[in-house]
Amino acid sequence: MFDKTVKQLGDALRKKEFSSTELTQAYLERSKSINSKLNAFISFDEERTLMQARAADKTLATEKSTALTGIPIAHKDIWCAKDWVTTCGSRMLETFRAPYNAHIINRFNEYGAVIQGKTNMDEFAMGSSNETSWFGNVKNPWDLTRVPGGSSGGSAAAVAAGMTPAATGTDTGGSIRQPAALCGVSGLKPTYGLVSRYGMIAFASSLDQGGPMAKSAEDLAILLEAMVGFDPNDSTSLERPAVDYSNSISDSIAGLRIGIPKEYFSDQIAPDVQTSIALALTEYQKLGATLVDISLPTSPLSVAAYYVIAPAEASSNLSRFDGVRYGYRAPEYKDLTEMYSKTRAQGFGAEVRRRILIGTYVLSHGYYDAYYIKAQKVRRLISEDFARAFSSCDVIMSPTTPSTAFKLGEKVSDPVQMYLSDTFTIAANLAGLPAMSIPCGLDKNNLPVGLQLIGNYFDEARMIAAAHQYQLATDWHLKKPPLSIA
Amino acid sequence: MPLNKQDVKKAADLARIAISDDEAEAALAPLKQVFTLIEQMQTQDTDGVEPMAHAQDISSRLREDIVTETNKREALQASAPATEKGLFLVPKVID
Repeated sequence: MFDKTVKQLGDALRKKEFSSTELTQAYLERSKSINSKLNAFISFDEERTLMQARAADKTLATEKSTALTGIPIAHKDIWCAKDWVTTCGSRMLETFRAPYNAHIINRFNEYGAVIQGKTNMDEFAMGSSNETSWFGNVKNPWDLTRVPGGSSGGSAAAVAAGMTPAATGTDTGGSIRQPAALCGVSGLKPTYGLVSRYGMIAFASSLDQGGPMAKSAEDLAILLEAMVGFDPNDSTSLERPAVDYSNSISDSIAGLRIGIPKEYFSDQIAPDVQTSIALALTEYQKLGATLVDISLPTSPLSVAAYYVIAPAEASSNLSRFDGVRYGYRAPEYKDLTEMYSKTRAQGFGAEVRRRILIGTYVLSHGYYDAYYIKAQKVRRLISEDFARAFSSCDVIMSPTTPSTAFKLGEKVSDPVQMYLSDTFTIAANLAGLPAMSIPCGLDKNNLPVGLQLIGNYFDEARMIAAAHQYQLATDWHLKKPPLSIA
Repeated sequence: MPLNKQDVKKAADLARIAISDDEAEAALAPLKQVFTLIEQMQTQDTDGVEPMAHAQDISSRLREDIVTETNKREALQASAPATEKGLFLVPKVID
């Protein structure tokens, strides 16, 4: 049961091999027992979860079920789910109960999916290792001394360890793809604007995008179909015709032109990662794809531009946490200003405070042009690099990360080293392009390697098909962590 | 551009984050590293490049100016630190 994909579980539910209540109960028991080792979940609400499962069982008895009816799905704790505690990994929101549903939660509810619990994450999605969470770090199920990646590290670890069939994440600079790579699961960040941000606690609004994480590309297609769609409550939500992603995954990739950006294949990449990526590209050639050399000349500046733009937007977005309307309030203060400043000093962790300071500084008088406007100009050049590249290729491939999962604590005191673990993922966010990570190997320490695919705008269908065809020919996505549980 | 402790304290003040002298001092070194990273941008010629504020060049949608939300005051105030008679309570601002 715990090895099955969403697709397989859905088929089994409709064949009445087991009920959603049985399935959900089994996943709840397993995830609660493993959680003491991995800390992948922040909260469960068993009663609410099982109520949804029982309702799904009623729907399954009718003809109205969908591919997701009765499937338990774990949600990153950045998504508001009505009456669920929604913490965003922060002390600031430790006791916050969301008064409404995020758009994607409503969508999953309409599809009959079951909310299994809320997963751990870096505080306010700011981190690449899950070590900034107020609720403690998540451990990588492949090696408990290593990080799961971040910020959607709880979701990635939960899927990898078979604690949940599938999960949601959000990706501002790589927060779906990087943990997917480090935990050996498949994850997808859609084109900016495809999935509504309504009810996603905002980090950097021009970059944030929600997406699915699962065991296979086929599952990502099923989940994405539920998540996309126009939402009047998100001013950047796009009206697009619906795409049947799960149907188009069977499209052949013969003749697919894969762009290989030379800037993403430098010697800073770990040798085992280089080897796995090279083998994956050879596999693609066997499947009929051709490799095309491309250049993304401005992409080496993407991390620099990102660490101006994302903190700038975050410093504005996080100004709402002031101890007045929701969340934490400092216990002692002498006036209103001190209430604000103590609340924010105590409610936010060190990394969040650091990014607010960076953002405040780059937006302040005298530095705005030198930093913020400069970063936006670099962003334009990065975006134009991709536009040029896609005139000669259909999809771009690279390593998702320069190395496999690093040790807990290894990069905590060196923010720049931590930031550089997103060096290959950030450019897609700056440009707003869809991108994903799929497992493509194991290094000498038996740690997963991720292959990144970057597609053109709204070309998710082709990108997912390319991932699915690879997964039909290989079995890296089926490898499981050696986690021993009772 | 050398960042100093006063810059850190000023930014913290603008951001309404209480920070002690010692904390500002401790925050300085990692911030300097981050700004060394950020400064890499200055090597790029961006003359004549239009700033890109958003992932896609879209303009905000307009909608009819009509009420769409119902009154959810109770639900929205349920997680507030302090309320009274439907109002958010803050320390006295005007004497």
